[in-house]
Amino acid sequence: MSRYSALSVFTNALKGNKSWPRAWRDPEPKPEYDVLIVGAGGHGLATAYYLAKEHGITNVAVVEKGYLGGGNTGRNTTIVRSNYFLPGNTMFYERSMKLWENLSQDLNYNVMFSQRGQYNLLHSPGQIDAARRRGNTMRANGIDAELLSRQQVQRDLPYLDYDNARFPIHGAILQRRAGTARHDAVAWGYARGADRRGVDILQKREVTGFLFDGGKITGVQTNRGDIRAKKVALCVAGHSGHLAKMAGLRLPIESHSLQAFVTEPYKPFIDTVVSYGAGHFYISQSDKGGLVLGGDLDMYNSYAQRGGLPVVEHTLAAAKSLVPGVSRLKLLRHWAGVMDMSMDGSPIITRTPVDGLYFNGGWCYGGFKTIPASGYCFAWTIAKDEPHPDNAAYTLDRFARGGTIDEKGAGPHPNQQ
Amino acid sequence: MIRIHCPICGQRSETEFSYYGDATVKRPDEHETDPALWVDYVFTRDNPRGWHREYWHHVQGCRQWLVLERNTLTHEVSACHLASEASS
Repeated sequence: MSRYSALSVFTNALKGNKSWPRAWRDPEPKPEYDVLIVGAGGHGLATAYYLAKEHGITNVAVVEKGYLGGGNTGRNTTIVRSNYFLPGNTMFYERSMKLWENLSQDLNYNVMFSQRGQYNLLHSPGQIDAARRRGNTMRANGIDAELLSRQQVQRDLPYLDYDNARFPIHGAILQRRAGTARHDAVAWGYARGADRRGVDILQKREVTGFLFDGGKITGVQTNRGDIRAKKVALCVAGHSGHLAKMAGLRLPIESHSLQAFVTEPYKPFIDTVVSYGAGHFYISQSDKGGLVLGGDLDMYNSYAQRGGLPVVEHTLAAAKSLVPGVSRLKLLRHWAGVMDMSMDGSPIITRTPVDGLYFNGGWCYGGFKTIPASGYCFAWTIAKDEPHPDNAAYTLDRFARGGTIDEKGAGPHPNQQ
Repeated sequence: MIRIHCPICGQRSETEFSYYGDATVKRPDEHETDPALWVDYVFTRDNPRGWHREYWHHVQGCRQWLVLERNTLTHEVSACHLASEASS
């Protein structure tokens, strides 16, 4: 497997780009693995990568029912930030940010991580107080945060409607290290990195059940034969409930549809990430020029990977009320992904009551930005059979113990998280 | 767009309704002392991939609570009853 470099780009160009090797193999499964990961999205591939890199566990398979990176890793709005308030969240997301900052070099794969900053707009004195409190928590933990006045935001983001009669903009909290990344490249980079360390990525192989031996999981059944494994790890956010049920596990999770949108390409316009504080809406601009818009859930349980028109209308109304300049842009594409909405809005990375089964899920809206830390911490949990300090709070039993991490304070209503 | 056939108002658009969630969840008896049952009631869901029995509220119509049978894979609604009359 060759290393990518400026020289390799140059020499391959001279040879007509005909001799690039494949980025990863398409192997036949071995009869048994030390660790088998279900789901070749960002989280599963990152887990495999860190198992091999950090813990020397290379007899690993990643099983995927479709193609790698074909689920939510390829369906999100690519925003990366680490501006979380509650203990248990703050340092986990910051670990992710630190891994993002060196990810392209670490993977030898350009994930196009662009720290263009993220502005959370504030529309009331109460929101300013809450943002100041959150910013202070972040700064006390060594994370960057700046509270901006209305004039400062106006200077940075002149295209917003500041005098909206109902929700005028009073300021913003800014994280300059936040930004966006190329989502597909993250899956491809981790896949290539894991593959070159010996991990088998088995695509188009759907898990249909688990193999048990006296209460301990010993492998999986797939539509193309059984594969044995000493440890089985689920990274199938969106479909966690469906797979966990096969192992006899019920989860504090519901599946919901979340839509995202891309407009036709447009001249450079929005050079940062902007989140609306008065509605659930966020906007950025991709390197190809399309404005990337995200909004709220469709609110009802769904595995359909498509959304309804009311949310399309709602999101575009929010877009126009915040950025009036977009009113004549046409949408190029819109799509939906299935979110694992957990009961407190925070993820779960843990061993499970089923011997040999490890669980990673409940990512709600926040799965993409956490891919590096999730893989890092999940690999640690699988390798050492105990959590890393950064995912120690993300247990399944926190709901029974009263240890929920409810960043929004919404209570056990997954569609409100 | 989901259209819901409300037993009182007839066929109406989903935008008139608000969603509450799983209608198979049952509140334990108030004298129940096993915490596990309460945790299950508050937090744990079957989250089925397929037919789902769920509460909707016709909040901008007759304001009745409804129980729907809806498919979470196709969004097809096969039944809609008043919650007060739905068999548990």
